[in-house]
Amino acid sequence: MMKDILKRLTEKFPISEIEEQRANMIFVTMPKINAVQCISYLKQFEGFTHLVMLAAVDYIEDGIFQLTYILHNYELHTDIGIRVQIDRKQPVMESIHTLWAQARTYQQELKEMFGIDFPGSPDIDEPFLLEGWQNIPPMRKDFDTLKYSQETFFPRPGRKHYDPQKYMKEKLYPDKEPE
Amino acid sequence: MKKDNRLLPNQDMPDFERDYFCDAHPETVKPLKGFIEKFLNWARANSLWILGFGTGCGAIELRPLMTARFDMFRYGMAPRPTPRQSCVFVIGGYASIKTLKRIVRSYEQIQAPKFVLALGSCTINGGMYFDSYNTINRIDHYIPVDAYVTGCMPRPEAIIAGLRKLQELIKQGKAEKANEYIENFEWYKANQKKVIKDWNMPDYNW
Repeated sequence: MMKDILKRLTEKFPISEIEEQRANMIFVTMPKINAVQCISYLKQFEGFTHLVMLAAVDYIEDGIFQLTYILHNYELHTDIGIRVQIDRKQPVMESIHTLWAQARTYQQELKEMFGIDFPGSPDIDEPFLLEGWQNIPPMRKDFDTLKYSQETFFPRPGRKHYDPQKYMKEKLYPDKEPE
Repeated sequence: MKKDNRLLPNQDMPDFERDYFCDAHPETVKPLKGFIEKFLNWARANSLWILGFGTGCGAIELRPLMTARFDMFRYGMAPRPTPRQSCVFVIGGYASIKTLKRIVRSYEQIQAPKFVLALGSCTINGGMYFDSYNTINRIDHYIPVDAYVTGCMPRPEAIIAGLRKLQELIKQGKAEKANEYIENFEWYKANQKKVIKDWNMPDYNW
């Protein structure tokens, strides 16, 4: 079944990469312009009626954000993930709140945590978790969270840090030579 | 149009309606002298009302205290749903900035004498969230703390031990942190305003 869906998808959309994680979990990568059209097609014609989640990853070394839309089909019990790579300098993506109303919450969170804009999504500029945040979005890789915490939150002196690997080795196998 | 979250809710009201909040500076209350204060402290210690505000994960450890197994009622402690009618504020672990704003507000609304018990390593030095962008490291820089309970999370027995310690401190007359808060009001306010960027409440919430 999944193979038929994939075949129809590749005929219709310019899919650049297919990754089969499990028999019922497949990820496809496609350009930004085709993504929402593809999601809409999957929802209306292939029975992927459930939006499981919408998440982002910051690949700072490649200069992109990767968005992943995961959809679920209740009849086939399969998931399909649509991966979209968007430019880190112009992080704008089409909104899908017209397909699933609950997508607005994901999009609001992505706007706040990564700075990815979804024009037209309801309340996209309202604060979601961070009230009055004035720095760069905190989930971006170039945001130094430890430095920010030390500058802002009065760290209590006397905190000790251990390297977990080294510490456990010393505790559990004190006689063994380090490799 | 984008809403400006830094404005107070009474900002655009006409003058006669503006006393929506009191903006007077709070005042210290001096302890009475001799046996009267001792008697009052004894009475306070044996009737602790805990504010039912679950901040952080430690709130889950307060539930067993209310039921038959750990039963805090035998020590004269009971939960209360509003800050106006309670006197003990239990900070249950990590406090994010968003929660801290509500903590400050609730703490100031509690009427003196009031006591704060802080649970877990997160309130002491940040715990496992020491490098988080959104979680404060030390709660005692924002509101005064009478007693800490260590652990991550402390068991209900440990919380009972902490509350018993708090009772001891109250009986000895050492739990005067509400006055300390008012004496160092500017310092506490500066710390609070350093992290709460959209400060849209009055400086003191009665």
